[in-house]
Amino acid sequence: MHQKHHVPILAALLIALGLGLFWFKAVRVGLPLTANLESDIWTVEARVSFVGDGGPVKANIRIPNNPAGFGILDENFVSRGYGLSTSEEQGNREAQWSRRAAGGPQALYYRVSVYRDSTVQGNVGEVEPPSLPILEEPFATALDELVADVRARSADTATFAEQALKRLNTAAPDDGVGLMVGESASTLDLARVAQTILAAAAIPSRIAQGIEVRMEPHFAAVEPWLEVYDGERWLHFNPRSGEQFEAANRLTWYYGTSPLLLIDGERIRNIDTEIFVRRDVVDALSIAEQRASSMGSHAIEFSLFSLPIRTQAVYSVLLMIPLGALVMAVMRNVVGIPTFGTFTPILVALAFRETRLLYGVLLFSLVVALGLTARFYLEKLRLLLVPRLAAVLTVVVLLMLSISIVGHALDLETGLSIALFPMVILTMVIERMSIVWDERGPSAALTEGVGSLIVAMVAYVVMSIDELEHLLFVFPELLLIILGLCLLLGRYTGYRLTEMVRFSELSTGKTAK
Amino acid sequence: MFAWPGQLKRAGVVGINARNAEYIMRYNERKRYPLVDDKLQTKALAEASGMAVPELYGVLKTQRDVQTLHDTLGKLESFVMKPARGSGGDGIVVIKGVTPRGLRRHDGTLMTFDEARYHASTTLSGQYSLAGIPDQVMIEYRVRFDPLFEKVAYQGIPDIRIIVFQGYPVMSMVRLPTRLSDGKANLHQGAIGVGIDIASGVTSSGSFGNDIVTEHPDTGFPIAGLTIPDWETILRLSARCFDVTGLGYLGVDIVLDKDRGPLILELNARPGLNIQIANATGLGGRLQHIESQPELVADCEERVAFARREFATGAKLAGEM
Repeated sequence: MHQKHHVPILAALLIALGLGLFWFKAVRVGLPLTANLESDIWTVEARVSFVGDGGPVKANIRIPNNPAGFGILDENFVSRGYGLSTSEEQGNREAQWSRRAAGGPQALYYRVSVYRDSTVQGNVGEVEPPSLPILEEPFATALDELVADVRARSADTATFAEQALKRLNTAAPDDGVGLMVGESASTLDLARVAQTILAAAAIPSRIAQGIEVRMEPHFAAVEPWLEVYDGERWLHFNPRSGEQFEAANRLTWYYGTSPLLLIDGERIRNIDTEIFVRRDVVDALSIAEQRASSMGSHAIEFSLFSLPIRTQAVYSVLLMIPLGALVMAVMRNVVGIPTFGTFTPILVALAFRETRLLYGVLLFSLVVALGLTARFYLEKLRLLLVPRLAAVLTVVVLLMLSISIVGHALDLETGLSIALFPMVILTMVIERMSIVWDERGPSAALTEGVGSLIVAMVAYVVMSIDELEHLLFVFPELLLIILGLCLLLGRYTGYRLTEMVRFSELSTGKTAK
Repeated sequence: MFAWPGQLKRAGVVGINARNAEYIMRYNERKRYPLVDDKLQTKALAEASGMAVPELYGVLKTQRDVQTLHDTLGKLESFVMKPARGSGGDGIVVIKGVTPRGLRRHDGTLMTFDEARYHASTTLSGQYSLAGIPDQVMIEYRVRFDPLFEKVAYQGIPDIRIIVFQGYPVMSMVRLPTRLSDGKANLHQGAIGVGIDIASGVTSSGSFGNDIVTEHPDTGFPIAGLTIPDWETILRLSARCFDVTGLGYLGVDIVLDKDRGPLILELNARPGLNIQIANATGLGGRLQHIESQPELVADCEERVAFARREFATGAKLAGEM
């Protein structure tokens, strides 16, 4: 009695621990719960090309630095013959390629793989309120009027920015606003003036330069947009239309108004920058892996992913075996199906993974039936136990061989997969079945044989659920839950399903004679 | 055909899981298992305590012994060959007579010496032992069963199974071989189990498979109302097995020999549950009744008296609703 609560408490602890680790890895680290949950990743390639005349060249290109809304999976530089250094300054990153003698056409590549990750906030520190712009007349008056006007038409930061941009875009060249903007202003100019207006209203803003990522492969150009801080987050505005947009498809390359590329060298011709964007679909796992390591989490380092691929493949199967064992325990102790041996059905179920269910059952029955025939014949020869087992094993292998050959000749590919059946297990099934057949009669032998097959089939169905295989592989701590359930099952003292039939004559009301 | 768990619970039916977890694991220490799993040890133990067992003629321990089977048999006319570690009656051969051509089995068929040696040899290899471990062959006295059972037993030897819980006989049945069971007194092989009233030693209805029956399926003879002779002796014999083995949940198999009276055939640390069907009564109530006793009685006769008083068929247990 003193042990009454021991098992439930231990099981509860194990299950809680398993669930806790599972929750941490699923929610905090973001490991994917299902295998087919694939993430979009984009490979963005910036190609810088120019023609040099043999002199020294330095090419500085801005590169993304923790772009908001995206995670960087991988990046690399391809630039044969060039020295490469990267530096970070005011939140922007820059790569510098340098070469002493660059003659003829040159091509430099920067390639980055990014995936969508809404948790990445972008590389900004605290947002500071802007200093008031100091302008000369007549711009100062124009600015004051504009701010007053826009403020009157707006309700909040977002509408203020929107209205300001609209005014800038619709300004007649001769009014005060038009003076500030100037004629044929570029998008960048518009954004810059809008920043001044926002600063006058003490609204923090910044100019971001980035590209659009779309589903289809495309060339992209770095374009500026205006980001306005509304006290909680950065809102995105198109400086041309003044419309606010969601930034999900915008990959921020850098902040500020400086150009993307600066090339320093004499007589450099035909400078060109091309950015190409291609979308790939990648297993969500590699992204999660990357994410965990960028979070500094050890969850991945101490996981199956650190093992060699071949070992991983073995474990993805091995991890399913405890699940099969749990099924086995339920079938035996809760349902009450008789089987040959304790784990025979699980090993048969594993073999079914290769043969598929229908062929697996057929092949298993065929080998066991033929093996039994051989075993009955061997019985007459009066062999000692161990040599007889060896003989049955040999017969089993011969049977498997002939089924494979006949199957192959008939173009039945599944005939070949019988080689994966556990022959020792088959031998023991045959041996045990023939003994039961002799001692308890054919019906008992067939009952146990069919029972084993049924349990193997159920175990196979459970073990071949891809989602479960994925879950157990990514979250091996779920085995703790299985362990807990096994412990609980070990203390199950209720009736077995088959006993409800077996003892039905004893149920109350029927016992009276 | 089907009963809900609640119905079984009310009937006091003990299921396999409950038997294993609540009784076998709790009351049977594993280290004591060999005492009953190895019938040679059981026999030695019982003989040392002066309990009646079938006489042991010889033991085949090695394959060499098998070759000299003839010498071991000597002038024996009838005997039983059984695996020392067998279970469920598997591997037992009953020989009624020896002829120059071979051994005459209980059902009249002839077993050649070759076949007998082969059988002994596979037994030694562990064919019938619980975990397939090497075994020994016991050659012992063949019980001449009491004429009482002549009409209700189809060949073979009927035996009496008594469940002894902490020294108290709690339920009993007599197992009658049938044509289906090939003369073996094993319920799994088709023998019928007939409940015996602990108080009076009189048989009641029986179980055939999972069904309750009232007559022998082969002989058609009614099985109820037979009085088992020497009932008090049988109960005491079974109760003493607890003192000797220390196993709290024990199945004691006793045979009635027409000359030597009740003999202990074998003990079982994991007795089956069909005895409940044979008695049309669940074991649970009686087991709990003993568990609820303030203290266990050391004296074997008192325990038997308690059992005969409390466990009469149809009687309500104290505290039972």
